[in-house]
Amino acid sequence: MADFTKDSLKIDSEAVTDELCRLILKQTRGIMKKGGAVVGISGGIDSSVVAALCSRALGPKKVLGVMMPEKESAGESKDLAQILADKFGFETVVETISGGLEGMDCYDRRNEAIKSVFPDFNEKADKCKITIPTNILEKETYNFFTLVVERPDGTKLSKRMPPAAYLQVVAASNFKQRLRMATLYYHAEKRNWAVAGTGNKDEHMQGFFVKYGDGGADFKPIAHLFKIQVYQLAEYLGVPEEIIGRTPTTDTYSAEVTQEEFFFGLDFYRMDMLWYALEHKIQPEKAAEVLGLSVEQVKRGYANIERKVRATEYLRMPPIEVT
Amino acid sequence: MAAIDQIEVQKKLRDFITETFLVGSDISSINDNDSFMEKEIVDSTGVLELTAFVETEFDIAIEDDEMTPDNLDSIEKLVNFIARKSG
Repeated sequence: MADFTKDSLKIDSEAVTDELCRLILKQTRGIMKKGGAVVGISGGIDSSVVAALCSRALGPKKVLGVMMPEKESAGESKDLAQILADKFGFETVVETISGGLEGMDCYDRRNEAIKSVFPDFNEKADKCKITIPTNILEKETYNFFTLVVERPDGTKLSKRMPPAAYLQVVAASNFKQRLRMATLYYHAEKRNWAVAGTGNKDEHMQGFFVKYGDGGADFKPIAHLFKIQVYQLAEYLGVPEEIIGRTPTTDTYSAEVTQEEFFFGLDFYRMDMLWYALEHKIQPEKAAEVLGLSVEQVKRGYANIERKVRATEYLRMPPIEVT
Repeated sequence: MAAIDQIEVQKKLRDFITETFLVGSDISSINDNDSFMEKEIVDSTGVLELTAFVETEFDIAIEDDEMTPDNLDSIEKLVNFIARKSG
């Protein structure tokens, strides 16, 4: 049985970086015969680390960072992405995707579903987001979805979502990630380059991505790394502090929503440590002692992670072919 | 809730679960005390569907803090929960 300490997820960032650079070079040039990499950069930690790794592996002249804001994106995302590009020296393009999303009726379809829950939702003034319970260690609970509307005067309305409204909001919002994927492939095919995926292990294995959206990529260099390991790489690679210190958000809904309240329901440190412990068959008693949790909390954390991995298997499946 | 009502509630739940979640499977293989989560019958979207059905069909309101496996994770638990809420 593996040992389990507070340092179990510490990595040798230099060695990991060297190995990932070797693999990126092998996968893009050697296997796919592509000259470079296109990375969608959002000003978030994951895309920043992937862009930095690709720059180091392939040289900054063989990396293109694509910023794809839309009218509901956080204003600072673009500025942070540019700071990143300036630091690592790769070229950038800005593709504003609001027009494309309007052409697909992304906003109208989503707003229609929101209005089925809150009929007086004013899309011009109000903001919205979806949240899940964040007390998953305290109480055995389901990951049900709550729609939150924020009024300009600060008033917040919230209501558990009926299934039809939830599914329509998600289906409409997913146009954003799918249009971004199409945009990345435009730039990649134009150059005969490959598209780099930016999901980490938490997102990849727990299904926090859109199938054929941000899940659509040619190679995924950090999909095996826990979020807190991505932070360690970011420090080592010299990703700007403004990006490292930023709270991870979804950049999908008009109201700011953290990844913890939208999807994971738990802070990254405890989730990653619990997951590592679960994978390495650490007894709940031992995990509880190391993490300062009760045994019941550890068991709830294990169960929540297992459920999400199991429930999202479909997202990671390739198309099923007749054999 | 009278015993006859409990049987009716069970039947309605079984019919709903069969139609909604058990495409191509046999409801008779599900026991009243089987966990929906452990049997992989209901996921997070399924929970929304299940609670919406229970609220509409039995005219009860399920509060957020009642959205727990203790209340909703098997036919038996659901029947007891509905009986408590209706009482």
